[in-house]
Amino acid sequence: MDELLNALLRALAFGTPLLLASLGAVINERAGVVNLGVEGMMALGALAGFAVAYGDGSPGSGSIALGIVAAMAAGGLAALLHAFITITLRANQFVSGLSLTLLGLGVAGLLGKKYEGFPLFGQPNQWPFTIGAIVLALLLAFWLTSTRAGLTLRSVGENPAAADVLGLNVNLIRYGAVAFGGALAGLAGAYLSLVYRPSWTDGMTAGLGWIAVALVIFVGWNPLRAIFGSVFFGLLYYLQFRLQGKTFIPTEFFAAMPYLLVIVVLAFAGLRGQQGAAPEALGRPYTRGER
Amino acid sequence: MTSAHTATAPPVLELRAVTKRFPGVIANDKVSLHLNAGEVLALLGENGAGKSTVISVMYGLYRPDEGETLVDGRAVTIGSPAQALKLGIGLVPQHPMLVARHSVAENLALGGGSAFFPGRSVAGRIRELSEKYGLGVDPGARVSQLSPGEKQRVEILRSLLRGVRVLILDEPTSVLTPQEVGGLFQVMNELRKDGRSLVFISHKLGEVLEITDRVTVLRKGKVTGNAPTRGATRETLAEMMVGRSVSFERKRQTPDLKAAPVRLAAHDLQALSSRGLPALRGVNLELRAGEIVGVAGVAGNGQSELVEVLAGLHDLQGGQITLDGVALGRNARTIFESGVAHIPEDRIHMGTVPSMSVAENLALRDYAKPPLSRGGVRDLGALDSHARQMVNTFDISTPGVGTASRLLSGGNIQKIILARELGDLSGQGGAKVILAVHPTYGLDIGATEQVHRTLMDAAGRGACVLLVSEDLDELLALSDSIAVMYHGELLGPYDAATATREGIGLIMAGGAASTDGTPHGAGPGDLSVQAGPDEPNHTRGLKA
Ligand SMILES: Nc1ncnc2c1ncn2[C@@H]1O[C@H](COP(=O)(O)OP(=O)(O)OP(=O)(O)O)[C@@H](O)[C@H]1O
Ligand SMILES: [Mg+2]
Repeated sequence: MDELLNALLRALAFGTPLLLASLGAVINERAGVVNLGVEGMMALGALAGFAVAYGDGSPGSGSIALGIVAAMAAGGLAALLHAFITITLRANQFVSGLSLTLLGLGVAGLLGKKYEGFPLFGQPNQWPFTIGAIVLALLLAFWLTSTRAGLTLRSVGENPAAADVLGLNVNLIRYGAVAFGGALAGLAGAYLSLVYRPSWTDGMTAGLGWIAVALVIFVGWNPLRAIFGSVFFGLLYYLQFRLQGKTFIPTEFFAAMPYLLVIVVLAFAGLRGQQGAAPEALGRPYTRGER
Repeated sequence: MTSAHTATAPPVLELRAVTKRFPGVIANDKVSLHLNAGEVLALLGENGAGKSTVISVMYGLYRPDEGETLVDGRAVTIGSPAQALKLGIGLVPQHPMLVARHSVAENLALGGGSAFFPGRSVAGRIRELSEKYGLGVDPGARVSQLSPGEKQRVEILRSLLRGVRVLILDEPTSVLTPQEVGGLFQVMNELRKDGRSLVFISHKLGEVLEITDRVTVLRKGKVTGNAPTRGATRETLAEMMVGRSVSFERKRQTPDLKAAPVRLAAHDLQALSSRGLPALRGVNLELRAGEIVGVAGVAGNGQSELVEVLAGLHDLQGGQITLDGVALGRNARTIFESGVAHIPEDRIHMGTVPSMSVAENLALRDYAKPPLSRGGVRDLGALDSHARQMVNTFDISTPGVGTASRLLSGGNIQKIILARELGDLSGQGGAKVILAVHPTYGLDIGATEQVHRTLMDAAGRGACVLLVSEDLDELLALSDSIAVMYHGELLGPYDAATATREGIGLIMAGGAASTDGTPHGAGPGDLSVQAGPDEPNHTRGLKA
């Protein structure tokens, strides 16, 4: 029984950053923009959060609260770059997102060198984050289905031309959604570097961003289902650590687990016909006045 | 109806000397027109005359280069559709602009509606308006499950919810079945009685005579005529449009086909629809050289599947097809190479590549063969001259052969397909079988006449034509015999020379019929025939 409770607690701890990042991605994808840069934005958020919370290393020189704000700002700003490239310049969303991941990981690795190996004092409690993420999922689910703003966002992702004709600013709405997605990815990063493992190490996002992207498809672009999806993946992560070294399966296999899981889960989602739930205009830049 | 309006009040909407230029064309050249309260104005004109451009200016989709727009006598600038709606001007677009996944209410709440539960906030109004004007729209229905006619009524509701006084309808009947047209006209009559003004575009002169009060004619971007509908006839309207007299007689002389060899034969065709339901249930078909067979039917009874099966674009579950006695392959490319021409239903997406040039679209079929290609390399000079020749013979109105085809007017896109599929007929051999689905969809009367002539000429040269159309007049004017698709079965054929609209209409609706197209046995006949005598509140009564 204890074992089971422990597993659930660990799953929630693992699942929190997944939930935060995938909620952000749900919002920008419901507006029609794919952002594959989640992993990079998470890394930037993790570093920015740690740097501000750490200060110069002496107690009281940093601020956890400001660290969280900085992490969200870092993720949001990186996302705005993606928005500019894909919405204003109409470049391919997949290519831009991939570049953002590489860029984010690279920049965070470079700037983070001087923080590597220092522990953070005053680690915040996990529960506000976990509960906050779940409440956010509930709020977003309500917002999407039952408010005018949510309806507008969904319509922009389904049929931007129809929204445009009614005088709604498609590009502005998409910018907002992408920035929101980035801010949540940054917050997920801050959770990693402030709460989950209060330190900075290069590559600490360890593929979580990719899982979050896959999770969006797995949960069919639905914030409520994202709660269960993240707990499920959190559980898989927990099992991975539990089994590591205790079986004949090599460690490398466990290291590759997240990516294998992504593939398995996407295949699973494909079998269930989940792809059909994708917003109609997902991935396509909007140009007005095409006859 | 116009009498409700006093002569002193300014027109609800007026355009003064509006000019709109596009690269290479003046789409509107000093167009002046007005719309009074409580009247239905028809905009008539050939393909590319500038009708869609005029209404795009009215609705704020295009900004005019010159000229003035007045609402209630006051000069206004309509910069966007949102502004147009504020001024009380609504448009029902030819292709609905709806979010398929959302409900009707959600679609109509977009850009309006309350901050919370926007869909619910408009549902009551939708029901109310839907009831008042007999639209029969359920606010909770998913748009993806609606028929084209229902989607159109949702668009009408959108304008009504905004309280528009002017409603513009761009070729609204082209996507409708005959009985849906009757329903639309009832709605239009209700709106007119309410004092609202409507702009109606159609190439079908019968519809124009039936529903409109006044006609404004455009030719090559200029207004060339303005007349009350009362007293006009199909002939006078046609002459105003094309500048010469047009005849509407049945031109087809039924040839003696008894000795002609069978060209296309299909036996016991079985096929499933894209949803996996039976779409063809044992269809038998025989077309002789020189014969034109019409296929009537309410959309969705298997016509599309029949044509696609014959063109090799749809899987066959059972049955055989032979061409000149030889089994026809199941590959679309070999089928068209063996002489089967196909004029598809969805002209924009299936018939052309919208972003490619007129010249490239004209060459889509034969680009890999001489003279358009030599030794595997495209001959761009030949491509160009081929395109110019086609543009001339088929009278395609385009700024140049290099223009992207999506920029052309609706009717001219259709002409590109026709030119490509039928153009080589004058040369050696040409198509042996022509599968024509709504070939005159969106075409003006001049072009319609030309298509009819082209099809009859092809038949005269020994081709056989399968003509699928929802326009019963067209079928009756052109076919030698008419068959009716009903629930996946092909009924008939009936002799076209003796068949009547009413008779065919009854069979389309499922009434049993004798071989001459006269029905016996009671069927729900009022469903099918647009001019049926038992249709309630029919518009003819109001015009008389
Ligand atoms: N956005 C555009 N860019 C370039 N040319 C255009 C554009 N819109 C319209 N045109 C041209 O303007 C002319 C008028 O087009 P319009 O669509 O108004 O014709 P229409 O009367 O509606 O014809 P149809 O009956 O075939 O629909 C055509 O020659 C068309 O090619
Ligand atoms: Mg038009």
